[in-house]
Amino acid sequence: MNDVIIDARDVCYRYESGLSDAVSHLSLKVYRGEFVAILGRNGCGKSTLAKLMNALLLPTSGKITVDGITPANEDECYQVRRSCGMVFQNPDNQIVTTIVEEDCAFGLENLGVEPTLIRQRVDEALAAVGMAQHAHSSPAMLSGGQKQRVAVAGVLAMRPKIIVFDESTAMLDPIGRRDVFQLARKLNREEGITIVWITHFMEEAVQADRVVVMDRGRIALEDTPRQVFSQMDKVLALGLDVPEMMKLSARLVAAGVKLPQGIMTVDEMAVELCRLK
Amino acid sequence: MIKNVTIGQYFPGDSFVHRLDPRTKLLATIALIAVVFVSTGFAGFAMIAAFVLLTALSTGVHLKFLFKGLKPIMFIIIFTFILNLLFQQTGGVLLQFWIIKITTGGLKMASFMAARLILLVVASQLLTLTTSPISLTDGLESLMRPASKIGFPAHEIAMMMSIALRFIPTLMDEADKIMKAQKARGANFETGNIIQRARAMIPLLVPLFVGAFRRADELALAMDARCYRGGAGRTRMNQLKYGARDLIAALAVAALFALVILANRFCPF
Repeated sequence: MNDVIIDARDVCYRYESGLSDAVSHLSLKVYRGEFVAILGRNGCGKSTLAKLMNALLLPTSGKITVDGITPANEDECYQVRRSCGMVFQNPDNQIVTTIVEEDCAFGLENLGVEPTLIRQRVDEALAAVGMAQHAHSSPAMLSGGQKQRVAVAGVLAMRPKIIVFDESTAMLDPIGRRDVFQLARKLNREEGITIVWITHFMEEAVQADRVVVMDRGRIALEDTPRQVFSQMDKVLALGLDVPEMMKLSARLVAAGVKLPQGIMTVDEMAVELCRLK
Repeated sequence: MIKNVTIGQYFPGDSFVHRLDPRTKLLATIALIAVVFVSTGFAGFAMIAAFVLLTALSTGVHLKFLFKGLKPIMFIIIFTFILNLLFQQTGGVLLQFWIIKITTGGLKMASFMAARLILLVVASQLLTLTTSPISLTDGLESLMRPASKIGFPAHEIAMMMSIALRFIPTLMDEADKIMKAQKARGANFETGNIIQRARAMIPLLVPLFVGAFRRADELALAMDARCYRGGAGRTRMNQLKYGARDLIAALAVAALFALVILANRFCPF
């Protein structure tokens, strides 16, 4: 766990058209095998940070090292992209081909992998995301959640060490959202893939190992979900919501019910409420 | 309604022709087009027609679809037929009244032209009916690859074609949505003269174009993120492979070619 896989040191990034830094003097360590959630209101620099992790953008100043590589030239950028895959927000705009399995093969084809090996890895990846039965379908026929799972398979087939999900559940219905989130958790637990999960949904963030809250290009809060969300006033001031159960427990405590600190999920709440008498 | 538009006219199946390598089918179609022009007699045309029809029957594709492609060019066929009939003045006179004179030579020429046009369309129709757009693209890329040595962008063209195919349904969906949204705001796409209707399309086209550019931008980023670096050093999961089937098809087309040439030489009509 103490093995740092992404190490950002005093990173700044400013878009050409930008008046201020989108990411400003940010330092962040992500550890191997960790599930980190990044939260923050719109325009706080979350997506920019994601693109910096994937070498789609290079820092204006500062350094970001991903799996031991600090990308400077084009070759190093491709090495970084190989070990750090990315799943974007819009499921439609990241699928390249008209057949599911061919899209899944796209990344490996770009890397020049042997055809028989591509076939094997594609089959494995599609099975891992539960889309094997749709291998020959057209992406146009799939639901949003299924498309995102195909996108995950496309990244997974490249055997990355890290996957960055850039609000990948934002455009999905609740079922699709749950499926994709569960998939990310499964990959994290079973395959040991480091997950950076950028989201707006607090219910997802509470399940992460660590939560990083960004504000105006900087890190505002960084701790376990329990610690972060127990600072309810701060979190609300940063333009974020807190999990419903935390609000409820705060109101119950205010009304005189004796509840412990840091209840985040419905299950925890149920257990604690039953414990009262 | 806009959603039900199919891309191309691929008719899925599992016949001998369906399972041919797309390159074989492309080359065979080119050969068929060539043989249509090589043929100079009715015997030749009859053989080509029989070949095309038999192939079509073997694929299980409904013949109705095969001749559907003729509809848009029916006018051209009839027009060339009449022109040839009226202005080709060779051979014996068949019919003459007022300024119209129809000759045997004219009739022959007119029928030849019509037969050629029909066979050309039907033969190429056979290709698109039995080959999915994506394998057609793969076949084209593979056939054009030698030309990329002299700087011809074979991979880029194929990639563009396949991305276009991928995004046609998506953009159609989007057009449908925008149309409904504009209708809800009182836009009128159905009535008015042609200029009014063309003008009514502007509020549909502008958001569609803006959306398409945004999509293109995001797709480019997603492709970058998956290490896309152009055609150099790229492999393909599904390699195209010629099989025994392709040899049989090639021999059949070659045999047709030979028969048509023989017919030209030895058959009087």
